[in-house]
Amino acid sequence: MDEHLKGIAASDGIATAKAYLLVQPDLSFNKKTVDDPSKEINRLKQALNQSNDELKVIRAKAAESLGEEEAQVFDAHMMILADPDFTGQIESKIKDEKVNAEQAVKEVSEFFIQTFEGMTDNPYMQERAADVRDVTKRIMAHLLGRTLPNPALIDEEVIIVAHDLTPSDTAQLNKKYVKAFVTDIGGRTAHSAIMARSLEIPAVVGTDDVTKKTQNGELISVDGLTGEVVIDPSTDEITKFKQAAEAFAKQKAEWAQLKTAKSVTADGKHFDVAANIGTPKDLDGVLANGAEGIGLYRTEFLYMDSSELPTEDDQFEAYKKVLETMNPKPVVVRTMDIGGDKHLPYLPLPQEQNPFLGYRAIRISLDRQDIFRTQLRALLRASAFGNLRIMFPMIATISEFKQAKQIFTEEKEKLVKDGVKVSDNIQLGIMIEIPAAAVLADQFAKYVDFFSIGTNDLIQYSMAADRGNEHVSYLYQPYNPSILRLVKHVIDSAHKEGKWAGMCGEAAGDPIMVPLLLGMGLDEYSMSATSVLKVRSLMKRLSTEDMAKMADVALNENISNDENADLVKKTTGQ
Amino acid sequence: MEKREFNIIAETGIHARPATLLVQAASKFNSDINLEYKGKSVNLKSIMGVMSLGVGQGADVTISAEGADEADAIAAITDTMEKEGLAE
Repeated sequence: MDEHLKGIAASDGIATAKAYLLVQPDLSFNKKTVDDPSKEINRLKQALNQSNDELKVIRAKAAESLGEEEAQVFDAHMMILADPDFTGQIESKIKDEKVNAEQAVKEVSEFFIQTFEGMTDNPYMQERAADVRDVTKRIMAHLLGRTLPNPALIDEEVIIVAHDLTPSDTAQLNKKYVKAFVTDIGGRTAHSAIMARSLEIPAVVGTDDVTKKTQNGELISVDGLTGEVVIDPSTDEITKFKQAAEAFAKQKAEWAQLKTAKSVTADGKHFDVAANIGTPKDLDGVLANGAEGIGLYRTEFLYMDSSELPTEDDQFEAYKKVLETMNPKPVVVRTMDIGGDKHLPYLPLPQEQNPFLGYRAIRISLDRQDIFRTQLRALLRASAFGNLRIMFPMIATISEFKQAKQIFTEEKEKLVKDGVKVSDNIQLGIMIEIPAAAVLADQFAKYVDFFSIGTNDLIQYSMAADRGNEHVSYLYQPYNPSILRLVKHVIDSAHKEGKWAGMCGEAAGDPIMVPLLLGMGLDEYSMSATSVLKVRSLMKRLSTEDMAKMADVALNENISNDENADLVKKTTGQ
Repeated sequence: MEKREFNIIAETGIHARPATLLVQAASKFNSDINLEYKGKSVNLKSIMGVMSLGVGQGADVTISAEGADEADAIAAITDTMEKEGLAE
């Protein structure tokens, strides 16, 4: 029977397909004494063989659909299965202690996991513990006759249904067959939501219990615009979703006509609508949606997708690709933003009580100048190939910006002396995400070339509310007058010094926020590439004069987030 | 029995890819092959054994082989060590 669920609309689009449950099976068992150890050893050998056969297939599929690099993790798994120490110890345990195979596998693998995890000075080995865990799960599933989900094997159109999706889950998905995501938990900024938007597939997150209500292979309809999910839809409902999908496709086609247009308001004012990217791979989406530049290039993926610090040449190639492709449109590159919730296995950071208030982003860069200088040199060399702007994340004080600029200048001079061609026209700016910098924006504006406001962090630091904590998620209030006043002060401060102010982060593409930002005079709006045309079409029907009047009410008369959201909806007819 | 000592010069020591290559090289031979480091000895055909030793840069290790093809085994392992810049 059809069942309706409501979640958070996280990525636009509508789809109907078979559900693929990405859920871990129950692998619990009881410890047993066995009379005939040789029978247990045979069971073990069978499970090892089955696991190996399965991994061979998965590895081949993964190499084909995901690439050789992603497939190599399965080589590591097969090597563990074939390891004489590992299997030998399990066999001896069964023989000597007369325990069932499950118990022996568990004890031996725990021994290795603990050994590897204990090498705290060696993050590479700690990661190998995860491999042992994965392989153990597979052997256990075969011993217990359970089926593990193998996303790498998907070869028909599916909708992924999961409790949550981790980066390693999505790495194993063949994007060609995935029509949508639905998850139990998460919000618009969850990994699964961001991933869905960059793949341009619909997603609904935070449904609470979709994994409990859906059967594998059951038909499921997903509306990423409304957050509606229907499990086992009726024929009528399938038609309804199909019509909605067609209407959405038609609207997208209308937006597509704006692809080569400039972003202009009803009263003829021009603003820059730019896109955020994580890797050069995202450029296709940027070009397809006609963005007027890159407002945020998150360079940390260069560091996160690697098993060691990326070299100057590796970085140079990536930056050059982006700058050349976009030239003459501007590209704002944010220097490494590691720390907080982003970690590198090869760069151990101290354990911290509050990682978001700790050692991250520019704080690491100024401390580990070897890493920072390498990145700046790569950027400087790439600057000859396009219109580069550099932005430093997590700046709290003017002195931090001055230090960063000093290092930049030193590296530039060195390169010029060596005869390397670098641009003489590189703007240097800062992210505004720490309230201290927002409050002092009038002073900062004398030193920087531009500001780019990062809303997620600015809101979480201003409200003192962890954005990942659902108990305080009601404090994520982008339209609260307090936040809007900070934003307004930043914009006005930039303009007073003849500089520009932008916003990167989800709020810049939010149809409620955009009218307020227009009213406050924000110059640049950088968002997911898929939001660019929607925002351009919205701007087209708004007048800056009306929006300025509305923003004045939002800033000075209204007192809450909801009041301001209602005001915008009413004024702009949304 | 054939024996040979190595001083590990690779910055990362013996883990990751080098460990895999050594295990692959050793697995081609019938001889029993062991890696000894700080008084602990592990089977060089076991990736988990090798990695659990945590051999770092500057370590002195001994590799011994015993069996019909012991001389060839030591030669092949020496070859891998040198080619990969693991040891001198």
